[in-house]
Amino acid sequence: MKSKLFDYIDRDNFVYNLSGLTKLLAFVCFTFSVMFSYDIRYILFVLVLSFCFFRISEISFRQIRTMLIYVAVFLLLNFCLTYLFSPQYGTEIYGTTHELFRFNGRYTVTLEQILYQVTKILKYASGIPLGMIFLLTTNPSEFAASMNRIGVSYKAAYALALTLRYFPDMIRDYQDISLAQQSRGLDLSKKEKLGTRVKNIMNIFVPLIFTTLDRIELISNAMDLRGFGKHKKRTWYAGKPLGRNDYLVMLFAAAVLAGSICVSVFVNGSRFYNPFV
Amino acid sequence: MGINEKEKTPVIEFKDFGFQYFSQAEPTLHDINLTINKGEKVLLVGPSGSGKSTLGHCLNGLIPFSYKGEISGSLKIMGQETKEMDIFRLSKMVGTVLQDSDGQFIGLTVGEDVAFALENDCVGLEKMRETVQRVTDIVDMGQLLKSSPYELSGGQKQRVSFAGVMVDDVDILLFDEPLANLDPATGKTAIDLIDRVWRDQEKTVIIIEHRLEDVLYRDVDRVIVVSDGRITADMSPDDLMAADILPSLGIREPLYVTALKYAGIKVTPEMHAGRLDTLDLDRIREPLLLWNRSQVKKERPAERTAILSADHISFQYTKKRKILQDISFSIREGEMVSIVGTNGAGKSTLAKVICGFVKEDEGTLYYSGEDMSDWTIKERSVKIGYVMQNPNQMICKPMIYDEVALGLRIRGVPEEEIEPKVDKALKICGLSPFKKWPVSALSFGQKKRVTIASVLVMEPQILILDEPTAGQDYHHYTEIMEFLKSLNSQGVTIIMITHDMHLMLEYTPHAIVISGGKKIGDASAVDILTDEDIAERANLKVTSLYELAVKTGIDDPSAFVQNFIDYERGTRHNEVEAV
Repeated sequence: MKSKLFDYIDRDNFVYNLSGLTKLLAFVCFTFSVMFSYDIRYILFVLVLSFCFFRISEISFRQIRTMLIYVAVFLLLNFCLTYLFSPQYGTEIYGTTHELFRFNGRYTVTLEQILYQVTKILKYASGIPLGMIFLLTTNPSEFAASMNRIGVSYKAAYALALTLRYFPDMIRDYQDISLAQQSRGLDLSKKEKLGTRVKNIMNIFVPLIFTTLDRIELISNAMDLRGFGKHKKRTWYAGKPLGRNDYLVMLFAAAVLAGSICVSVFVNGSRFYNPFV
Repeated sequence: MGINEKEKTPVIEFKDFGFQYFSQAEPTLHDINLTINKGEKVLLVGPSGSGKSTLGHCLNGLIPFSYKGEISGSLKIMGQETKEMDIFRLSKMVGTVLQDSDGQFIGLTVGEDVAFALENDCVGLEKMRETVQRVTDIVDMGQLLKSSPYELSGGQKQRVSFAGVMVDDVDILLFDEPLANLDPATGKTAIDLIDRVWRDQEKTVIIIEHRLEDVLYRDVDRVIVVSDGRITADMSPDDLMAADILPSLGIREPLYVTALKYAGIKVTPEMHAGRLDTLDLDRIREPLLLWNRSQVKKERPAERTAILSADHISFQYTKKRKILQDISFSIREGEMVSIVGTNGAGKSTLAKVICGFVKEDEGTLYYSGEDMSDWTIKERSVKIGYVMQNPNQMICKPMIYDEVALGLRIRGVPEEEIEPKVDKALKICGLSPFKKWPVSALSFGQKKRVTIASVLVMEPQILILDEPTAGQDYHHYTEIMEFLKSLNSQGVTIIMITHDMHLMLEYTPHAIVISGGKKIGDASAVDILTDEDIAERANLKVTSLYELAVKTGIDDPSAFVQNFIDYERGTRHNEVEAV
């Protein structure tokens, strides 16, 4: 079912049992290290790591299929556009030109350009699984607790967690409303022209917005009545105390980040790895 | 009652209290003078719009914290003026269990939700776990701390919200319509639980509810009747039953009391009619038996041809759990049928299968003998209209006219043909004066009628309504149901999904009972609601009329219930004609 998209499902494994704070920090460290470095060897290393974590977390493919499709489309688009707008950027960075073949002067395909673009794709590809792991294996309330612990205001953190928590409810509402409107003759299938379909979808969104507003009023009353926002701080029932594994993972994440910086500074002398000189 | 004999310490004192919302031209509450003592259990009743919810909001601080307005007079809680307190301090004295236990479920698990108030008080994790465990044990939810709200039944969710306010160790518990979303049997358990906590924990309990009979099933010290923003009555249940003020206010009195009145019995405080258990049977037996004998059996109308029938329908979302199993039934043209059962029994799924939103795995549906298997949602919608429970989930146009016309416009009906059809639908639904109005100007009940009009405009032969009277007081309930009845008499077959027993009993001669995905009953509503076995399996409650009949030794209790219904239909019919 669609509504499973952002549903948090509780499992018992290494990744799930880590504290949300650890996962958030690890995610930031790993992402930063691949964003900083343009060394394809190091990026491949992180990519392998992130796939390993993905396996350990036991996330099922079904859960992320829709997301993966969007990501793939985005990456492909990004790849094409980069080539379209700056086909010689690789040459510029690496300072050499190894021509493969040429159509015209501007769109000559060079090894440098290919290396540059492949590196860039891999950067995204290694960061995204980590993001998914973080989103799907962290209990939204625990996530809020982690955000709060690294300094985000608890009200903002809670608002975010509630959004995540009510997302499945909203999808359910959407499905119900959509069915009722279809029974009034609204056609949402591909048979209808795109313009009409967009208009028809609007007819679902209006009631959806009103139902959601009702929901918000109710929940905010319920929260007020139970003292939300009374103090500057609050404690978290879902917060996990940090364990040995948490410290190990954080240490490891920090090492990966440090490694990325070290490779750039000491090995390559710049953020780029240049095999062409 | 032990509580009354104790010395009286006032915990809530209204003195010449009044309130006016800034958004409204008139005050909602006037001259409220009311004292509630420590340890009392008080029921607050009143029709919708009477101000009873506003009174509740004043007690828990939502007024003036969330709903702004002008307060006059004084309201003291535990001796302190509420105007000088904030909602947080008030919430330590008055714990509120809101009506919709689904929407107020804040946490992701039971434990977390119960802990919410503690978290906001910066209680440490250890202490928090301990308190949560203790409080959830009181409401029998201690084993389910890790469950998510989706795994809980309506009754369980309510227990969780109950525990959520009890963690604060409040002295006053306020229940805002605790029965609104519960099936009858679960409602009974909820009232039992409230009663238990009231006795064991020595709390002051205030219940706002319009389902009077269900609350009075357990002891209540006083009933306070609110109407038009004023307190009209403040007396014991026994006195209230004798006072004869409820019907004129549009509040339904317990059915057994109505039965006594039909039998010409003058109810007096000495009869202790506040609860069926305490009712003095000796005084009423003779006249009741006499009345019962004098009732003439009505002729049942001849049966017509089947318009919708199901032949061994089964449906499942996943392999593991069958939602519907082998369901067969036959609904005749012009019938009014209720489909009843617990939450999650499969009754909504059955409606979805009929409308074609989901496809049955096995079995066949027939419309007037024609196999519907190949019919799309759109094709079915020509014959079968579906009205959702919450009108806000259906209305998508700002203007009433456009909303009702939507279905026809989508079908490409020319505009000049649309107008007469819309006019007709609006007229049937009593909305003609509002033709050019925006939807936002309507009340909830009127919006419901707009959604019915927007389905009726397509002239379906069958109308399926999901909980048509949910959240309505007796007055609006009667209004909606009489309207559906009149539609029905114009030939539309009406199927209602409900767990309202009054509705079933009074309006639908035919009831289909679903439990655990199977059909466990298919008979007249009277037969179902006097069958203790079916009632128990479907989480229904045997009607108090039946119990009254059994207690007074009437030979055929079912026939007595039928007599009551026939008599009531007769009187109501006369009333309507007189108007």
